[in-house]
Amino acid sequence: MALLEVRDLTVVFERKGEDPFRAVDGVSFDVEPGQTVGLVGESGCGKSVTSLAIMGLLPKRGARVTGSVVYDGTELLKLSDREMRDRRGRDLGMVFQDPLSSLNPVIPIGVQVSEVLERHRGMSRKEAMSEAKDLLDKVGIPDPNRRLTEYPHQLSGGMRQRALIAIALACRPKLLIADEPTTALDVTIQAQILALMKELVQDLGTALVMITHDLGVVAGLCDEVNVLYAGKVVEKAMRHELFARPRHPYTHGLLASIPRLDAPRGEKLTPIKGSVSDNIPWAQGCAFAPRCPNALDLCFSETPAEEDQLGRLLRCHNPVVPGTPAVEEVPV
Amino acid sequence: MTELSASSAGTRTSAETLVSVEDMKVHFPIKRGVLLDRTVGYVYAVDGVDLEIKRGETYGLVGESGCGKSTLGRAMLRLTEPTNGRMIFDGTDFSSLKGEELRTTRRRIQMVFQDPLSSLDPRQSVESILVEGLRAHGMDKGKESTGKRLRELLAAVGLPAKSLRKYPHEFSGGQRQRIGIARALAVEPDLIVADEPVSALDVSVQAQVVNLLQELQDQFGLTFLVIAHDLAVVKHISDRVGVMYLGGLVEEATADDLYAEPLHPYTRALLSAVPVPDPQVEDRRERILLAGDLPSPANPPSGCRFHTRCPWRQQTKCDTDRPVLREIKPGHKVACHWAEDIEAGKIKPHEVAPILVEEMDGMSPDIPLVGPASVTEALNP
Repeated sequence: MALLEVRDLTVVFERKGEDPFRAVDGVSFDVEPGQTVGLVGESGCGKSVTSLAIMGLLPKRGARVTGSVVYDGTELLKLSDREMRDRRGRDLGMVFQDPLSSLNPVIPIGVQVSEVLERHRGMSRKEAMSEAKDLLDKVGIPDPNRRLTEYPHQLSGGMRQRALIAIALACRPKLLIADEPTTALDVTIQAQILALMKELVQDLGTALVMITHDLGVVAGLCDEVNVLYAGKVVEKAMRHELFARPRHPYTHGLLASIPRLDAPRGEKLTPIKGSVSDNIPWAQGCAFAPRCPNALDLCFSETPAEEDQLGRLLRCHNPVVPGTPAVEEVPV
Repeated sequence: MTELSASSAGTRTSAETLVSVEDMKVHFPIKRGVLLDRTVGYVYAVDGVDLEIKRGETYGLVGESGCGKSTLGRAMLRLTEPTNGRMIFDGTDFSSLKGEELRTTRRRIQMVFQDPLSSLDPRQSVESILVEGLRAHGMDKGKESTGKRLRELLAAVGLPAKSLRKYPHEFSGGQRQRIGIARALAVEPDLIVADEPVSALDVSVQAQVVNLLQELQDQFGLTFLVIAHDLAVVKHISDRVGVMYLGGLVEEATADDLYAEPLHPYTRALLSAVPVPDPQVEDRRERILLAGDLPSPANPPSGCRFHTRCPWRQQTKCDTDRPVLREIKPGHKVACHWAEDIEAGKIKPHEVAPILVEEMDGMSPDIPLVGPASVTEALNP
């Protein structure tokens, strides 16, 4: 049985006097123990809201979460706040994008790391501090003894992200959710953090849900990749499959539009026309249809169903035939 | 700042060189104290950069946050006054121009900024944004010709003509960047300095703007200086690329040469760190992981700036002599004492222990965060 089973997860934001907004629309995926699953998409595709919904971090008012999130046999969406607090940090760890705003600026790093250990593992202050030192050492922070007493602003961006990872891994959770953990960092620091996460995930056998917009990060790290567009998974496949033969026009378009470092120079990029806001509601058809080079009339009238094609899930009426080059598009 | 007469500068640039930057330095003072306002040190943001940009080419400037690439761009345009050095633009010493002469010359050098929303006035319509520059430089010659010009501009950047009456908030990020580009184009510049032109945009939209920049260059014969942290984007659009580390250029070559055979250890590490969206490549390639963070530009390491993190560091020279940028292959310049030996494989990389870096921010500039946006802002609130 999978460690985490997300089924038909839907998040609707409701505001007085406004139409409800479906940020996440029936997302389903499984995470096996020790597996790394990627959620990829551009801004506004619902990838971060998915992670917040799994962690139970969305506000009770204004956000309606339906569907099911089963972790190790327990339905997380039905747990009380108190029970959920016991799980967060112990069974489920989370690393956020911006380490400066997710660390408390007026509490020393050491206290923030040992807090988790005291709360969940019932350690004394002293034990927790010594364990915290080991944790900082493990995530590659030099001179951990001194860093314990320092405040977040005294650390560099990369060090802060390491401290955050140390907090998330303090109780050795079985599942770690990382929401754009390297987006705010420089490439060389990003490489350090990704190498660290890969190593820790392997050593501890932690399952990882990696949320990112960077297809390059996904290519190197994830076993299975879910591509999200406007709140729905449009394509899901194992990474080698997905990158070698993208079938959904959106995935195909994304890969054709990013310049690659190893590509010969002078190769023209093929952008996807329009922008993320040019979509139609899923209820009326395919949200990607207005930007899609393969769109048929059917795409504007009927919602494509999720189909299983040899282990790949695809939501498209007219998928890309493997091997075809990207369609030349004039940007509008 | 050194004052040099504009006339003496004319002879030093050849016809095909549009811009030449000589020994550019920008040092920001660090002030302490309320009443006395003592200067206790300097941030060496740009510390001696020489570069040349040829007419019609795209020069890409890459580096990580804090390496001084944006400050260099701003100093060239004199949006930040350089501490030392000068820029010769089309035969005139731009650094010594003053008053009206400076204002009129600025028409020929335009800038495209990173964040299109904050660099466009929210209360000005697109028409007024575009006309402003034309008026300032006396290019607004009657309603009819200006109207025609505006429609041409919008067509050139791929926006519908009805956009003129709209305001910046009515556009998407990619469209706003097009407005920013149209504004720069309006006054018929020779050089466009684009500081992170696509990093605030979504991946699928980035390619649209990158292609647009290339089309405009072919159409109008523009010269570009593109400043960016995304190496893949820079490689894609640039003819020549300069890599900056801690205020200085460490390597300069044509885009193909640089990516095919990086000679400086820093460039090697940087290139190996960029993820490639192809699992087969990702599984195969070897990463050179740099230890630690970028040292503080207020207290740069002695000798070679990179020696504290360099896996190829040698016992001699590296920590004492600052290497100069020298040409070791045609058109390929490197600032490394041991570049030839490293390339020939005579020197093997070794482990480097990370060194503590104090209060240095490793955050990338493309993420808007609360706090001062630049060193200048932090120092003069």
